[in-house]
Amino acid sequence: MDLQLLWFCLIAILWAGYFVLEGFDFGVGMLLPFLPEGEEDRRTMLRTIGPVWDGNEVWLVVAAGATFAAFPSWYATMFSGFYIALLLVLFFLIVRVVSFEWRSKSETPGWRALWTWANTIGSAGAALVWGIALSCLVYGVPINSDGDYAGSFWDLFNPYTVFAGVAVVALFAFHGATFLTLRTLGELHGRAENAARRLALPAVVLAAIFLIWTVVVAMDRNDKDLFPPVLPAALGIVALGLALVFLFQGSNGRAFAMTGLATISAVATLFVSLYPSVMVSSTGFGNSLTVEDASSSHYALAVMSVVALIFVPVVLLYQGWTYYVFRRRVGGQPELS
Amino acid sequence: MTLAVSTVDLARIQFATTSLYHFLFVPLTLGLAPLVATMQTIWYRGGDEAWLRLARFFGTLMLINFAIGVATGLVQEFQFGMNWSVYSKYVGDVFGAPLAMEGLAAFMLESTFLGLWIFGWDRLSKRVHLACAWLFALGSWLSAYFIIVANSWMQRPVGSKVTDGKAELTNVWELLTNRFAIWAYIHVILVGITTAAAVIFGVACWHLLRGRNQELFRHAAKLALIVGVPISAVNLGVGSHLGVVITDYQPMKIAATEAQWNNCQPCAFSLFQIGGFTVDDETPTFSIQIPHLLSLLATDSWNGEVQGLNELQSDEEGQYGSGDYVPPVRTTYWSMRIMAYAGSLVFLVLAVCAFFYRRRTLETKRWLLWAGVLTIPLPYVAALAGWVLSEVGRQPWIVWGLLKTADANSPSVSTTTIVFSLGVFAALYGILAIVDFVLMRRYARLDPPEVGGEGDEVSMPAVSY
Repeated sequence: MDLQLLWFCLIAILWAGYFVLEGFDFGVGMLLPFLPEGEEDRRTMLRTIGPVWDGNEVWLVVAAGATFAAFPSWYATMFSGFYIALLLVLFFLIVRVVSFEWRSKSETPGWRALWTWANTIGSAGAALVWGIALSCLVYGVPINSDGDYAGSFWDLFNPYTVFAGVAVVALFAFHGATFLTLRTLGELHGRAENAARRLALPAVVLAAIFLIWTVVVAMDRNDKDLFPPVLPAALGIVALGLALVFLFQGSNGRAFAMTGLATISAVATLFVSLYPSVMVSSTGFGNSLTVEDASSSHYALAVMSVVALIFVPVVLLYQGWTYYVFRRRVGGQPELS
Repeated sequence: MTLAVSTVDLARIQFATTSLYHFLFVPLTLGLAPLVATMQTIWYRGGDEAWLRLARFFGTLMLINFAIGVATGLVQEFQFGMNWSVYSKYVGDVFGAPLAMEGLAAFMLESTFLGLWIFGWDRLSKRVHLACAWLFALGSWLSAYFIIVANSWMQRPVGSKVTDGKAELTNVWELLTNRFAIWAYIHVILVGITTAAAVIFGVACWHLLRGRNQELFRHAAKLALIVGVPISAVNLGVGSHLGVVITDYQPMKIAATEAQWNNCQPCAFSLFQIGGFTVDDETPTFSIQIPHLLSLLATDSWNGEVQGLNELQSDEEGQYGSGDYVPPVRTTYWSMRIMAYAGSLVFLVLAVCAFFYRRRTLETKRWLLWAGVLTIPLPYVAALAGWVLSEVGRQPWIVWGLLKTADANSPSVSTTTIVFSLGVFAALYGILAIVDFVLMRRYARLDPPEVGGEGDEVSMPAVSY
């Protein structure tokens, strides 16, 4: 397999990892004001992701770093072009990080409510902007013949990308709810199950439409055939359907696995729809950035491949171990030590 | 209406402010991580619960500090592409590699094991939990290494060649063992340890002044002094040697730092001067000088020659074409001195305190304890001044000898956009700074909780949700 393709896949994997992991963090954040009855439950919800959300966010750091290293022109054009969008992402993520830290530092209800909502808005906002921004890669944005972005912030918005943003928000809320069914006890657990069931249908429908629409956009605007983008999209739709079935059967673990798989499929659909472009140009298809001309030299990619082949498995191992260590459910009743 | 500032200037202002802000949080993490792990190790080995209480107490401060570092670090990574797209395309092949390695090999380790450390007190065996503290420290040190490798390539581009108007990695080993990077890295790590020692010592002094938890904070003060005195002393030497390394690769930076307009041999070091900072005013109206010291600092020899700005300017015009190759002289001159003076002062305070500590009279000298408290900001001042020197002294280059800062910003980003984002960051970072300061102050003043409480929340109050 050639190295450019390998790195395109690796970057897709890093985004998928980021969305699967941070996806349920975002979901928990979005449900934070709505799910719990009182302050105690709200803190329990935060504790379900307490030990892991920071490590999860690092997947984004690595995804961006890998894009910079492997496809400098893609990184340069995307990050300078999506300036305001990324500024918003940074804003939402920083507000969210801070909310985790500061929320518990004062007992006043007003203070707690402020940071509850900061976490919710940060989570939903970041998910929405990521959905819009990444779907723009396939839909196309104005790019000139120098490979620079030639549009404005408003060029990121069209029915498809806005729909994508909303679908991502819904999918993450659903994913977060299925996560909570696995990590909570007692009354809160019941509420989490209820929330998951109420979110299930809208999330599944929105996400399925998004997957189909992405394949259509890829064929229409990125010169792709139905095959192969239809494969990950179909897998995603199957996973969404199964999530629904498992949830109503009461197999919460399997339902969570399926919302995770649906998230991975959504990223896979976007990236398969993209290849061999990395950013489609809406102003002359010939200006689109491709894997070929955006990539680093063979030597740089080879070096980075060695690094990735060593460290990606190691990272997966110790992050997996973290989930094992913190596998016990939280809240509900006093924990046994 | 035309704006007086260009997009490049605005992008530079944004990069400078967000980077300096980010670096307010980095050194403390670099230093506290191994020191907190050391405290926990002493407890693990000897069973003295005082050290456990201290590890948790300073661990809380480390945590508050780290979260802001994470949030502001993300801005750093995004900003290369957002504001400096020409730079990113030009350097990505080389510069991107250490950045990606940092994320994958270091930052993942750092965040994951910090989470395990904070929440793992009652879920992991003592030994594994201690290992988490050390792995977090390892992650933070590795992280700094890769970032310094990336920055050092901008100072001294090695292991690469330029093809088709882009830098290309040719030898990753040369990149990772860049002589500039090795010395800059040692310097940064020692700055981190010095900062943490000064913070631990200052907080301990405050508690000793209040007469609270005397026994406990005597331990903390002792550890801070044992580590802080030798490390801050060695760091002065390392910093000075870094000057010699810089002379080899960036003579222009050294000449600007010393406001040395013409070649000199031997060269005196100017401690303080008024005037002498511009080409129209090369001779200071007043200055205090120490003979031979500049020769010694810049070249490691008594009578070494240091090239002057005027000669270097004409050399570089010969090499790179016409243009102004002199960095801002006044800024580099003063940032170097602020760094050196603040750094020396940290060493002095710690050394004097150590002297009286050994004579067991430190606690009776309230003025000295106050000096300890007031020393806390000094390593920060030194570290920020050091970065100003390093980065402003590299101008007009963004990558030394290869790409100029003025040619490196994003063509598609308008002044309005950057002004807007500057406003967003100013507001956000301003609020962050205030609340972070309030929190750090509050938790630094708390009595360290007793050991033996139930669960995470009792033992580490700052991390409960």
